[in-house]
Amino acid sequence: MSDANQRIDAIVKGDDIVLFMKGTVLFPQCGFSSRAVAILDHLGAKYETVDVLQDPEIRNGIKGYSDWPTIPQLYVRGEFVGGSDIMMEMFESGELQQLVGEKAE
Amino acid sequence: MPMAASEIEALIRAAIPDAEVSIRDLKGDGDHYAAKVASASFAGMSRVRQHQAVYAALGARMGGELHALQLETLVPSGDHQ
Repeated sequence: MSDANQRIDAIVKGDDIVLFMKGTVLFPQCGFSSRAVAILDHLGAKYETVDVLQDPEIRNGIKGYSDWPTIPQLYVRGEFVGGSDIMMEMFESGELQQLVGEKAE
Repeated sequence: MPMAASEIEALIRAAIPDAEVSIRDLKGDGDHYAAKVASASFAGMSRVRQHQAVYAALGARMGGELHALQLETLVPSGDHQ
């Protein structure tokens, strides 16, 4: 595993819910990242974020790690869930609430 | 660098021949699109796999010259029989 993959692996397994995004929760730098944050906040989820704009190694590495070309990317308990479109679909169907709500007590 | 909607559609159809593709230019600037892709080949695939199939069709353009593509994938109704 490359250094970037090892770092990403540690990040996604280090917290229950991790969002890779452009910018921060307070200042998202992209509409898609902003939408992802809004969804998680609406669900009252407790999550960590990684600002890929501050970390070129992660920004490039995450695309290969997930086999997913765009940011944001959501991980729950080490599993890749999807980008903002899938998050929105799962939010609307109630699946996302179930997923982020069933974390370890 | 913007991409034409017809080009996006052609790339998806080349990789997923049965795909029904509809594309909307969200801002009228040739740079922010929403695509809806229906294909029987998506049956049994997770949403992530379905989106990955479309991204694979678009290759390196996705996340590069094509920054903003809202994606919705589905299995056409009527193909379950």
